[in-house]
Amino acid sequence: MIQVEGLSKRYARTLAVDNISFSVAKGEIVGFLGPNGAGKTTTMRVLTCFLPPTSGKVSIGGFDVLEQPMEVKKRIGYLPESPPLYPDMEVGEYLTFVGKLKGLASADVPKRVDEVAERCAVADVKGKLIGKLSKGYRQRVGLAQAILHNPDVLILDEPTSGLDPKQIIETRELISSLAGDHTIILSTHILSEIEHSCNKVIIISKGKLVATDSVANLTNRLRGTEIVAVEIEGPQDVNEIRQKLEQVPGVSRVVLKDSRDSRNSFEIESLQGESPRAELARAIVNSGWNLNELRPMGASLEDVFLQLTASEKKQAA
Amino acid sequence: MKNILIICQKELKSYFSSPIAYLLMAIFAVIFGFFFYSAVAFFVMRGMEMQMSGRGGPMNVNEFVISPLLGNASVVGLFLIPMISMRLFAEEKRSGTMELLMTSPVRDIEIILGKWLGALLMYLCVIGISALNIVLLYAYGKPDWKPILAGYLGLILQGGCLLAIGTFISTTTRNQIIAGGATFAVCLMLWVLDWVSSFEQAGWAKVVSYCSVLTHFEPFSKGIIDSKDVIFYLSMIFLGLFLTSRSMESLRWRS
Repeated sequence: MIQVEGLSKRYARTLAVDNISFSVAKGEIVGFLGPNGAGKTTTMRVLTCFLPPTSGKVSIGGFDVLEQPMEVKKRIGYLPESPPLYPDMEVGEYLTFVGKLKGLASADVPKRVDEVAERCAVADVKGKLIGKLSKGYRQRVGLAQAILHNPDVLILDEPTSGLDPKQIIETRELISSLAGDHTIILSTHILSEIEHSCNKVIIISKGKLVATDSVANLTNRLRGTEIVAVEIEGPQDVNEIRQKLEQVPGVSRVVLKDSRDSRNSFEIESLQGESPRAELARAIVNSGWNLNELRPMGASLEDVFLQLTASEKKQAA
Repeated sequence: MKNILIICQKELKSYFSSPIAYLLMAIFAVIFGFFFYSAVAFFVMRGMEMQMSGRGGPMNVNEFVISPLLGNASVVGLFLIPMISMRLFAEEKRSGTMELLMTSPVRDIEIILGKWLGALLMYLCVIGISALNIVLLYAYGKPDWKPILAGYLGLILQGGCLLAIGTFISTTTRNQIIAGGATFAVCLMLWVLDWVSSFEQAGWAKVVSYCSVLTHFEPFSKGIIDSKDVIFYLSMIFLGLFLTSRSMESLRWRS
């Protein structure tokens, strides 16, 4: 659906996006991840035909952004970082205007506006001036504007920024519900967002592509060894427990984290490629101790991200 | 074409959903009303003087009242036009809605024409108030309607020309006050340029004074539609809108 090959974008002096290539298949939700100023917004603006690329080829649904911008624009819905709203318009009036602007047939506009307003939970403020709405409502009106003409591709620039936790969850659910018929690219610097709603991550840093992969692969990639946190209620002698744990096959290292009233917390690191959770549990229970907690600590996307962007910095230096 | 109308309608609506439209119409109504009152009062006084001294025939309402009034309307319009055109693009740039327009399946030229047309209609609403005053004259006399129509055509052309320039200036900044101020300065310059011809006869002075919008309006106010003036205004409108489209394109490449 989206093909980007060797995209670069240069502003007067700075190279904002440097030779990025990726592709997104139909129906995928892709998270576009990077620290502030990494070039996320610039890339999105190129995808939406707002900015022309300095070099490289970008096509959406088979149409090139430079050669057939009108065809591309018909197929995308775009929510910029600050929603493009007219404060002196009413919500319904605004959505009607956008619907006409996006080329919906005039007869379909009122019905479609009602549908979308319902879906984005802004139906109750349809008669209110946009200028009087709270940030959360404005964001949702912005989202409604983006999906109004039922575009094939949705490009959302930080769709949850500035929302309260409840609204973030609602927006996330809304975005997930749009998946399937729409191809979605959403940018964010909040990692949990991507873990929740995306099947694929594109990480960029300082204009360069750092990684493109599925969320699961990306976390696995860094997780050669497994770390398990356990809490054991047993004898006062910590060393006795430690020795017992170290004898379990597949364990490489045992670290005591905390010890309080005969409750001892350990972090146990496995050997490469081993998963000794079952053996650990058996060993502890067989020794007659209580196993209060046993929890795998997978490397989170946060760790992956920091590791990837940090190594990028080292290379640059 | 449909897109032009959609944008034009949106622009016109936004003038009337803010106080701008009412403010401009009120300002114009008061100022033009005063001009109208003094022109008519002067005309009546002169008429009585002539009757008492027994000299001269009936005076021409078109020549003594309507023609100078339309001239005044054009000057008042000149002051109000920056207030109409300044927000056109500057506001969209500031609020980020430019991104919506530029990523919608609408051509740049459709956006420009829609906005310019919306501003022109707003200007017509303002200028239209003067028609109420002029209609009053028909209750007491028989002014010739053809020169009046020519005068209004002149007003429309002059307004279109200055609005096109204002539209261009509005694309160059995101600050409405700067856009308004610069447009006002340019309008004022274009108005007074013909003063050059009063002290200088050289070729360059003729060119400079030719660029003045005022010299081209005078014939219209007298009821003369001269193709050279019509062409001047139309080419100025074209120039202004052409510069706007260049400026919008450079916006894409620069920002």
